[in-house]
Amino acid sequence: MDVKLINPFINATINVLETMAFVNVTAGNPYVKKDNVAVGDVTGVLGLTGVANGTISVTFEEKCILTVVSNMFGETMTELNTEIADAVGELTNMISGQARRELEEVGKVFKAAIPSVITGRNHSITHYTDGPKIAIPFSTENGDFTIEVCFER
Amino acid sequence: MDTSIKVLIVDDFATMRRILKNILKQLGFKNLVEADDGTSAWDILQGQSIDLIISDWNMPKMTGLELLKKVRASDTYKRTPFLMVTAEAQKQNVIEAVQAGVSNYVVKPFTAEAISDKLEKILK
Repeated sequence: MDVKLINPFINATINVLETMAFVNVTAGNPYVKKDNVAVGDVTGVLGLTGVANGTISVTFEEKCILTVVSNMFGETMTELNTEIADAVGELTNMISGQARRELEEVGKVFKAAIPSVITGRNHSITHYTDGPKIAIPFSTENGDFTIEVCFER
Repeated sequence: MDTSIKVLIVDDFATMRRILKNILKQLGFKNLVEADDGTSAWDILQGQSIDLIISDWNMPKMTGLELLKKVRASDTYKRTPFLMVTAEAQKQNVIEAVQAGVSNYVVKPFTAEAISDKLEKILK
């Protein structure tokens, strides 16, 4: 997979979390993920079409997303519920939007679908293509999250 | 900036409506109405007098761009300020929105200051 497709998603993730939730985010080393098991408790998944077809997903540990959404709303969130799921969908949407703007600047134009959200321990993430799944772990002071980027071969 | 006006917030994500409501309340706006897509927003516009529309772009049923075009074709709302707040900010999107008569454009993610600055401009 072209690494130029990955970096815009990393940049967008950091910017969205810092701008909307005032959370300092540190990116770890990308790796190739071999299975479909989510590294966390709630995932937003979004399909992309354009110069390549694929999906991105964003999976949060419970503690991490509760902190993120608490900061976004200015009130304390204590459990995974429909409000948290909605927020994960919108975060995924914003990460996709910013990454697509950066990709457009290098001539790669994508359209995005409306995101879907999956919750539960050890849930599976279904990417829409069979290409390699590149996972990028992120850490915050209040837990971790992972994005996965998967484009067709 | 007149904060007594009635504002319609349109977004399919409750999260974004909540964030925008919080920002608007901090700015002093109290008269806030919500819709979760363009169709619901249009129904509200037919039944109430709205002074400012803040809308997402990418929504089911009726998009923000389709809503903007209906608003601008309406005798009642053709001059009503319309702020697009969206993650859809590729060049073609912005061109289409400007051509359709959008008053201003805020790209997600955004700060409260960005919303405040744009409102100051379009509500002068």
